[in-house]
Amino acid sequence: MLPADQIRTVMHDQFQAGFLEVTEFRGMTTIHVKGKIVLETLRMLKSDPRFACNFLADLTAVDHLEKGGHARFSVVYHLLNQHDGLRIVLQAWVDEELPVLDSANELWRTADWQEREVYDLFGIRFTGHPDLRRILNPDDFKYHPLRKDYPLEGRGERSDFPVVARTVGSKWSDRGRTFE
Amino acid sequence: MGMSDSGKAEWLTTRVDNLANWARKNSLWPMPFGTACCGIELMSVLASRHDLARFGAEAIRFSPRQSDLLLVAGRISIKMMPVLTRIYEQMPEPKWIISMGACASTGGVFNTYSVIQGIDQFLPVDVYLPGCPPRPEAIIDGLIKIQQIISEDSLSHYKVDESSEAVAP
Repeated sequence: MLPADQIRTVMHDQFQAGFLEVTEFRGMTTIHVKGKIVLETLRMLKSDPRFACNFLADLTAVDHLEKGGHARFSVVYHLLNQHDGLRIVLQAWVDEELPVLDSANELWRTADWQEREVYDLFGIRFTGHPDLRRILNPDDFKYHPLRKDYPLEGRGERSDFPVVARTVGSKWSDRGRTFE
Repeated sequence: MGMSDSGKAEWLTTRVDNLANWARKNSLWPMPFGTACCGIELMSVLASRHDLARFGAEAIRFSPRQSDLLLVAGRISIKMMPVLTRIYEQMPEPKWIISMGACASTGGVFNTYSVIQGIDQFLPVDVYLPGCPPRPEAIIDGLIKIQQIISEDSLSHYKVDESSEAVAP
């Protein structure tokens, strides 16, 4: 794997405007790019022999509503080179107004369900995804609950169900039950 | 039978009550709805050490249509609640519910959008078992409470309310 400053040069030469920065934290290198070039970057990280990341270890997202960053959401790709055991992180930043990214499904089939999860919980859509439906929440769920502006206790979904009464006469439910 | 239209308990009805209650309370057929760790504790109650068979409730049925006691053991998510309601509606009368553990009864520590804060908001619970999870002794105690409820029961309580909806298929 290249050191961080060389990755910076490679990324800058190849993507210019779409490339944002390279950061390092405790030996983990993270490449930050704008959302519109995410698929090209992933393709490069997979096919370029200097990276040769053949495995998508994780795909998730972060809402930077209060934390701040290049945009509101960052979709995080954890890539692994299984030949050398090297890891690299790619963060693709997308705005709140148009949270749309290209799907990584054509590069790694494992992105299918991972992207459905990000869509379900963050509302970030992936173009080119074969079947972008909610994966965890009910199909008729209206919100994207991992967004930071969604209240932890929800917006009343958990108390919105029909009440089933006892089906035998009223005497059954009215009588008090006492135990000593 | 001696069950009159007025719904009043008569001599014959009370005698049949005793017989029916005795039979019902000593032969409960539980339907386990184990969604979390309470389900594991439930298994140990059914196994030989704690042996729920001593109370006549060892015949676990995984079909609601063959059972009369719904044991809700674990947290119920918003996606599971319609399933639980459907299962309850499929059980034949008479039927009882035990809400087992903190999660099923109140939501427990899971005060989030996706967890039902107590199934008794939507279903008629008979006995609540506190604990996280409740010990097997507590589950046995809950079952004895259900037996107590059944023994207080009377056929005259089963006068079907004309205005209520028919039981769902």
